[in-house]
Parts: sequence; structure tokens; C-alpha cells
Amino acid sequence: MATWFPIAVIIGFAAFVVGAMVSANRILGPRRPSPVKGQAFECGNPPSGSAWARFSVRFYLIAILFLVFDVEVVLLYPWAVAIRRFGTVGLVDAGIFVAVLMVALIYAVRRGALDPD
Amino acid sequence: MTPVSYYLVLGAALFAIGVAGVVIRRNLIVIFMSIEVMLNAVNLTLVALGRALGSTDGQVMVFFVMTVGAAEAAVGLALILAAFRSRHTIKADELNLMRW
Amino acid sequence: MISGTIGAALDASWRPVLAPAVVAITAMAVMLVGSRLGEEDSEGLGWLTFSGLALAALCAFAAVGRHAPAFAGALIVDDYTAFFYCLIAVCAAMVVLLSLDYVPALELPSTEYYALLLSATVGMMLLAAAGDLIIIFLGLETMSISVYVMAAIARRDPRSSEAGLKYFLLGAFSTGFLLYGIALLYGATGSIKLEAISRALQSSALAASPLVLLGLAMMLIGFGFKVAAVPFHAWTPDAYEGAPTPVTALMAVGVKSAAFAGFLRLLLVYLPALHAQWGGALWVLAALTMSVGNLVALAQNNVKRMLAYSAIAHAGYILVGMTAAGGAAGAAVLYYLLGYAFANLGAFAVLVAVERVEQPGTTLADLGGLAKGQPMLAAAMALFMLSLMGLPPLAGFVGKFYVFSAALQAGYVWLVVLAALNSVISTYYYARVIVAMYVNEGAERKLRARRPGLSVALAVAIAATIIIGVDPRPYVEMAAGAYASAAGIARSGVRAAFLAH
Repeated sequence: MATWFPIAVIIGFAAFVVGAMVSANRILGPRRPSPVKGQAFECGNPPSGSAWARFSVRFYLIAILFLVFDVEVVLLYPWAVAIRRFGTVGLVDAGIFVAVLMVALIYAVRRGALDPD
Repeated sequence: MTPVSYYLVLGAALFAIGVAGVVIRRNLIVIFMSIEVMLNAVNLTLVALGRALGSTDGQVMVFFVMTVGAAEAAVGLALILAAFRSRHTIKADELNLMRW
Repeated sequence: MISGTIGAALDASWRPVLAPAVVAITAMAVMLVGSRLGEEDSEGLGWLTFSGLALAALCAFAAVGRHAPAFAGALIVDDYTAFFYCLIAVCAAMVVLLSLDYVPALELPSTEYYALLLSATVGMMLLAAAGDLIIIFLGLETMSISVYVMAAIARRDPRSSEAGLKYFLLGAFSTGFLLYGIALLYGATGSIKLEAISRALQSSALAASPLVLLGLAMMLIGFGFKVAAVPFHAWTPDAYEGAPTPVTALMAVGVKSAAFAGFLRLLLVYLPALHAQWGGALWVLAALTMSVGNLVALAQNNVKRMLAYSAIAHAGYILVGMTAAGGAAGAAVLYYLLGYAFANLGAFAVLVAVERVEQPGTTLADLGGLAKGQPMLAAAMALFMLSLMGLPPLAGFVGKFYVFSAALQAGYVWLVVLAALNSVISTYYYARVIVAMYVNEGAERKLRARRPGLSVALAVAIAATIIIGVDPRPYVEMAAGAYASAAGIARSGVRAAFLAH
């Protein structure tokens, strides 16, 4: 319990400082909203288009490819921790697993998922 | 140490929130997110039970749930995208080309 | 030395999973070859897929005659597994035959189509062989995720993407329930191995614990979605109607058989101790599923949609068998699935053949007057409808007979009465198809040129529907042997109970 007390103090102090600054701003600052002020800030230029721009689908493709390797790491991690215990058979099994994922990568590259536009 | 039942109750509550989200919300993305909440509620339950039982099976299971969840996310978003392209909506009610 | 170790490990552990491994390797080959070739050689990819599946069906026999857990109990290899390996591989191969000219005609991406078909098949096989809860989950998901994409693969048809999306959302939702059930069952029994769970539940104190009951209920909901039992069937008609027709065939036959394979093994073989609990739930599910499926099917004008409701109704009949539980019922369900698979595959093959070049349609009007233009096709369709209806001596009749009499023996009189009433109702909508083909006038139609593959699939389906029904003995033996091997009971016991009628 005693070891956690300093952390509680830090959290409490941080909350107090942040709360004080934000509410001081609220109370003291003048507020005169106008349409110009409500615009999105684009370095002083008049904003062009909505801030809710849609992203290119390409990002989505890359995210999916990332997912493949993300998950690969999740599944390889436990094996890596216990690598000595599984020995040769474990190595072969992990090799098969990676080989299957390689097939997916080769397929994705051939389909042009990584080509720049 | 926190008793395991706390985790189970939290897991059940999260699961219920997920189910309610799927049933109530009409935006496909939100429905999809609710399903992910359900899966993560199960993950929490599995880890808690695995720890309480002193077996690693629960944790191992979570790895697979995460993997499958990732695959589902990829496929689900692609399907939502495809539906959006052909119908220009992500409201579940407006996907009504087929009835009865 | 090292190569010797590896060789021995491969030999001992891989033989039981030879069939799914062959399918998985074929899937990878299709991805590599297809992405190299481009889209022009869709038919070549189709034949590659077909030969992989044919090889897998042969490899299924490597599992016959053993009853052994493999991969530390993750898989169970026995005659039951071999039966479903073989059934699933054959169904998938038939679907490939239906797809050979369908895929290029609709300009579907053939590499992805065949690779997904194969990965779905791997999932189905794993589900049938599952010996622990993880593999049940993984098999189910490998199958489902592939089929979600296949349902939506006709990107130019908005109905297809809608079908895929609905199937996906409800499928993923149901997966959540199934998983939660798995987690609770694991928590209550302390194991994910089905054997150990079954042993733990022998104690009546544990069997009555709320954790077990809740887990069981959640798993019933999850599987209920996958086998399209009412009230968890909402996705079925839309997914069946919107998906490309060969994919619908895969859903109606492969997905359904595999889901029932897993469901049946889980409940009848490993959770008989809880029959008092799940028996009542399945009774209600079976009654609802049969009745709603058949009644709504009456109103359908689209044959694909009608077959979707018919598939729901048949799931109801199968649930009747499962409710009864016991050796005779288990074997009867396996036999039923066999007959159901071929009649359905045949019906979808006819639909693939009839779908027109421009404006593909599968309504009753599209079938109008088929008997004049295409007498062979019409006769085949009539045969399949009669089998689904349950007319002797076709496979559908014998299957229904065995399932219902097993339920009768187990004392479920009212359920069987309801099932019989439902069978009578179902004759109406199956007969409507026959009437449309033979009595109604049809519009001029321009059919696609039919490739030999489709004709072969039709011939196989016709032959199987007739032979399995006319001479059921060898297939009954097969089903009884498969179920007995899974349940670890004497084959003769199942056979005697089975042939008592």
C-alpha cells in the first residue's frame, strides 16, 4: 500500500494541474466566436474542402498486409520463448507456418498490392 | 489478489454491451466494432479462467481468437467497403435488396 | 539423424491430416499459379482445384480404421472423420465442376475464388475432425470467413455484396456466442479437450453447474446460427439468394455438413451427460426450424431462395435426429446428410445450367417450360425435388425414414408427428418446381454453352441420389461404422439398432 502512495500523489497532482489550467482558460479567456474563427486552420489560407477527407483505399490494403505480419509475430512469439524445448520439430513447424505466410505475401506482391500508383 | 469472479463479471458485462451494440445500432461499422467488443470480452474471460485454473490453455486460445479476429476484421471491412461502393450506404436498414 | 527425426515426426503425425493438408497445399498452389497466370486460365485453375480435392478424397482413406487422437488430442482421427473428409472433399469437387463455366461467365476473379473454396474446405475438414474446442473454433472460422468472401465475390452484383455482408455480420455475431460458450465450458471443466470435458461432466454436480449450462446454451446459439436453425436463420435466405449459385451450393451442402459434423460430435459423442439439458432445447429448435422453414418456403418464387428455406427445413429434420441422440440416431443423421448433399448439389447444378447469359435469373418463371427445351435437365431437377421431398425409393426418403424412426424409438412421438406433417407441407413447394418445368409455358431463353464438367456433376448427383436410396445397405453400413467409431461403441450395436426397423 505504502509503495503505491507516491503514484497516487502524482496522479492526483497531475489531475489537479490539468484541471486547473483548463478551467482557468474557460473562466478567464474571452470568447467571441465567428464563422472565420470556426474554420479549419490551414496555415492562414482559406480551407479547401472538408476536414473529413476520405483516405485512399490503398492505405486499407497496406493495413491488411500489416495485419498478416502482425499476427505472424503474435503466433511466433510463444514459440520463440520456448524455442529450445521444441527443437528441430518446432523449427520445422514454425518454418511451415512462415512458408504459408510467404505464399500470401508473394500472392499480394504479384497482385500489385505493394505497387506505388 | 482480485478474485476471478470480478474478471468474469467484467467479461460478461462487456459481452452484454457488445451484444446490445449489435442489436441496437444501425451503422455497420459500429455493429462491427460491437462484435469486436464481444470477442475481447471472451478473451478477458479466457485469460481470467486460465489463470484461475492454472492452465495455459486459456492463454493459447486467446492467441487464436486474436488471429481469427484480425482475419475477420480484414474481411469484414472489405465487405463493408464493397457494399458501400455498390450501395453508397453503411446503414444496416438500407441493405434491403432481398426480402422474405 | 536430423532428417530421420523429422521424417518420423512427419510420418506419425501427418498421416491423419493428409486430406486437409493436401487441400491446403492445393490452395497455396492455386494462389501462386493463379497470380502468375492472370485471369485468362480460369478453367486450368479449376481443374487444378478439382484434382487437389480428388486427391484429398483418396487421402481420406488414410484415416480409416483407426481411432486415435492426433496432435496431442487436437484432432480425432477415426472413421467418422474419414467419412466427413471424404464427403466434404467430394462436395467441394462437385462445386468446382459447377463453377468451371460459371466463374468465367460472371467474370469472377478465379484465383481468389478457387483459393477460397479450398481454404473453406480445409476449415470444414478440421471442424469434422476437431478433438478440442480450439480446433472447433478454428475450423468453423476458417470455413466461415472464406465463405463470407465467396458469397460477396460477384462484385458487380449489389445483391452479392449485400449477401456477403449480412452473412458476415450475423456469422461473426454468432462466433462471439460460440466463443463465449467455449470459454465458459473451459472454465467449468478445466480443459479444452473434448475427451477430458466429457469425463469431467460425468459428475452430476458439475453437470448442473450454472457455468456449464450457460456455456452449453451459448454454444447451442453459436452452432444454431451456423446450421441455420430457426430462430437463428435470418441470414440464410439472403446469403443463399445473393451469392453466386455454385457458392450457394457450397453453403447448402459443404458448410451445412461440416457444421453438423462438429455439432453432432460435440453433443452426441462428448456431451451425452448433458442430454437432459440440450435435448429439450434441440426439441424446440427442431420443431421451429422445420415448421418455419417449410411454411415460408411455400411463398417463394425464387428457386434459390426456396432452396434456402428448404435447407433450413432439412436442418430441422436433422435436428430431430440429434434430439433423439444415441447410436441409431447418430448414424441416421450421417446417412441423411449423404442423401441430402447429393440431391441439393444436383438441384444447384441444374440452376447453374439454367441461369441465362443475360440477366441471370433463378425464379420459377425462369424454369418455365424447361421440359420442352431441355428434357434431360428438367427430368434431373424433378428427380432431385422428389428426393428432397422424400419420395421412395430415393435417398431423401430413406434418410428421413431412418432419422424419424430413430426419434420414434427414443420416444419423441410428437416431434416425429410434426416432422411428418412438415414433410407433407414440403411436397407443395417442391412440386411447384416440377409443375413450372412441365406444365407452364416458358420464355425463349439463351442458355450458356454447357461444359462437360457440369454434365459430369449432374450425372454423379443423379446416380448417387438413386443408388444411395435404392440400395441403402452399404451406405448405412458406412454411416453406422463411422458413428460407432466416433462414439467408441461397437459397430454391431449401432447397426442392430439401426436396422431393427
